[in-house]
Amino acid sequence: MMRLKLEPRAQNSAFWSYGSPVLALLLTVVIGVLLFMALGKDPVRGLQMFFWEPIRSGYAWGELMVKATPLLIIALGLAVCFRSNVWNIGAEGQFVIGALAAGGVALMAGKDTSRWIVLAILIAGMFGGMAWASITAFLRDKFNANEILVSLMLVYVADLLLGYMVYGPWKDPNGFNFPQSKTFEAVTSIPRLMQGSRMSIGLLIAMAAAAALWVFLFRTRAGFAQQVGGLAPAAARYAGFSSRRALWVAMLCSGAAAGLAGALEVAGPIGQLTPYVPAGYGFAAIIVAFVGRLHPVGMVFSAVLMSMFYIGGELAQSRLGLPKSITGVFQGLLLFSLLACDTLLAYKLTIKSDAKSAVKSNLGGAA
Amino acid sequence: MEAYALLIAATLNAGTVLAIAALGLLINEKAGVVNLGAEGMMLCAAIAGFATVVHTGNVWLGFLAGMGAGAFLAALFGGLVIWLGTNQYATGLALTLFGTGFSAFAGIKYVQEKLPEQTQYSIPFLGDIPLVGQALFRHHPMVYITIALMLGLIWFLYRTRAGLVLRSVGESPESAHALGYPVRRIRLWAVMAGGALCGLSGAYLATIYTPLWVEGMVSGKGWIALALTTFATWRPARVLLGAYLFGGFTLLQLHLQGAGVEIPSQFLSMMPYIVTIVVLVLISRNSAFIRINMPASLGKPFST
Repeated sequence: MMRLKLEPRAQNSAFWSYGSPVLALLLTVVIGVLLFMALGKDPVRGLQMFFWEPIRSGYAWGELMVKATPLLIIALGLAVCFRSNVWNIGAEGQFVIGALAAGGVALMAGKDTSRWIVLAILIAGMFGGMAWASITAFLRDKFNANEILVSLMLVYVADLLLGYMVYGPWKDPNGFNFPQSKTFEAVTSIPRLMQGSRMSIGLLIAMAAAAALWVFLFRTRAGFAQQVGGLAPAAARYAGFSSRRALWVAMLCSGAAAGLAGALEVAGPIGQLTPYVPAGYGFAAIIVAFVGRLHPVGMVFSAVLMSMFYIGGELAQSRLGLPKSITGVFQGLLLFSLLACDTLLAYKLTIKSDAKSAVKSNLGGAA
Repeated sequence: MEAYALLIAATLNAGTVLAIAALGLLINEKAGVVNLGAEGMMLCAAIAGFATVVHTGNVWLGFLAGMGAGAFLAALFGGLVIWLGTNQYATGLALTLFGTGFSAFAGIKYVQEKLPEQTQYSIPFLGDIPLVGQALFRHHPMVYITIALMLGLIWFLYRTRAGLVLRSVGESPESAHALGYPVRRIRLWAVMAGGALCGLSGAYLATIYTPLWVEGMVSGKGWIALALTTFATWRPARVLLGAYLFGGFTLLQLHLQGAGVEIPSQFLSMMPYIVTIVVLVLISRNSAFIRINMPASLGKPFST
């Protein structure tokens, strides 16, 4: 008889820290193929929608980047949280409030507003996100309230607040009673990188943020202190690194990042406030962060991958007649498989044949 | 007076949804495992239960399907967390994200479906008492089953040997292991029981409480149920009481909206979430109090 056995490794495997996300993706693809077949769709066509169509042309690449940008920015902020063992899962709410604050500034623009208002919009977004995140940080810091539950509850509150603004005070009076603000002035739109693509300077901001995060995490003392608390709280206390400081830094960083992403979205592709601003990027970014190993470079790749899932889901809807929510299924599956594959980091899978015991029992039978 | 009777009736009904899920989560938390996948399990169970009732017309089969779906997903979560030692928070979160996506995907065909007419329940004689009967004795059997479940859970946890073993696994898995109890298997059973009850709650929600299927219809009730176990400092009776209080809050909000109060509906809808935060803050303020009542190994992995 053969038996699979997990044996602990002396040291975490370097190979599997890269191999496990790839293996997880393969597992997700295999399950995806089975799912397509079960639904009576051609799996090759299905995979094409997710992995070929989004990279087929220059324009498609641009769209891929448009969706990857907010995911990457939010995930960069979340990585600071997760590395310091702060479980902020309410980035979606911080994104919405960031969008709301940015939208508020954008609505103030008139015909003769300067182009610099874009800067004000982005800053407003960051402050909005930070303000929302600081509620969670404050309640955790002062009252020891669990940040998972508080940050998540605040997502629902943020969505409702957005709903109130677009159904109420900020509703477009000429909008045929639709729950949406008036379309922002052209001057407020985030500058695009080139003609013929919707890629904006948001992409540059995201890449710069990834570089900045790399420097912060791996080249500064503050970044080191930030992470020690996550790895070994006792060691951090002994070294005199404040866990309160780590909490506030983590929450404010991720709040600012999520708020910035919100600002880039409303003043970019969306161009007005609607109840459809929350698109689940805040939750998908949690997956981006983990699949990217909480590493700035890894998260660039995983953000693009997650963006492929979004675009693939939209294509699967329009061309294969599958519901768009298939994206969520694949995203969830990917995180699940990643967590399972990560076992290989610390454990070795060995196949043991029970030959010896089989022989023994045979001998016993003979005797 | 009649309005009050109706309000009490509706409160019991709304509280039941939260209570079933929170009592389930209490079981796995007593064994030391936090399952943040509650929301995802409830959503998958809601669509499983709803679809079953659409096809068979039998609510009880729907409940069974919901419990099956919940237990299955919980087993998946349990396998990862208990045997492969994955992070409980991340894995639970994965379950919620997957469940949200999967239920939306699987439920798309059922969005416009309607359920068969529900039977009206009334306990003979008691149900005919004016006002009191209306408030307390004309509910779906699940409302009473939930109360029985709470009593059964108290008996199981504090009066039986198996309950003692379950609690010891949550307090000190090392000691339980040293005494020869299969810690991992016990935790898996506890997680599956929790999943089954979350599933039952989801199925009850989608077939009885609001008999329809809408994407994401659990809308945070799984998370509130998770918070309830903390509010109740891991005591079954307090879980039930807390669930009714929260049920009451949800209703109050709906009634105020219906009564045309001059507060925008969105602010009223925020109430359950804000109340959750406020209560969480009040309870957590005294961290020693929480620590005394919390299962000591909650959220920590067990490895031999």
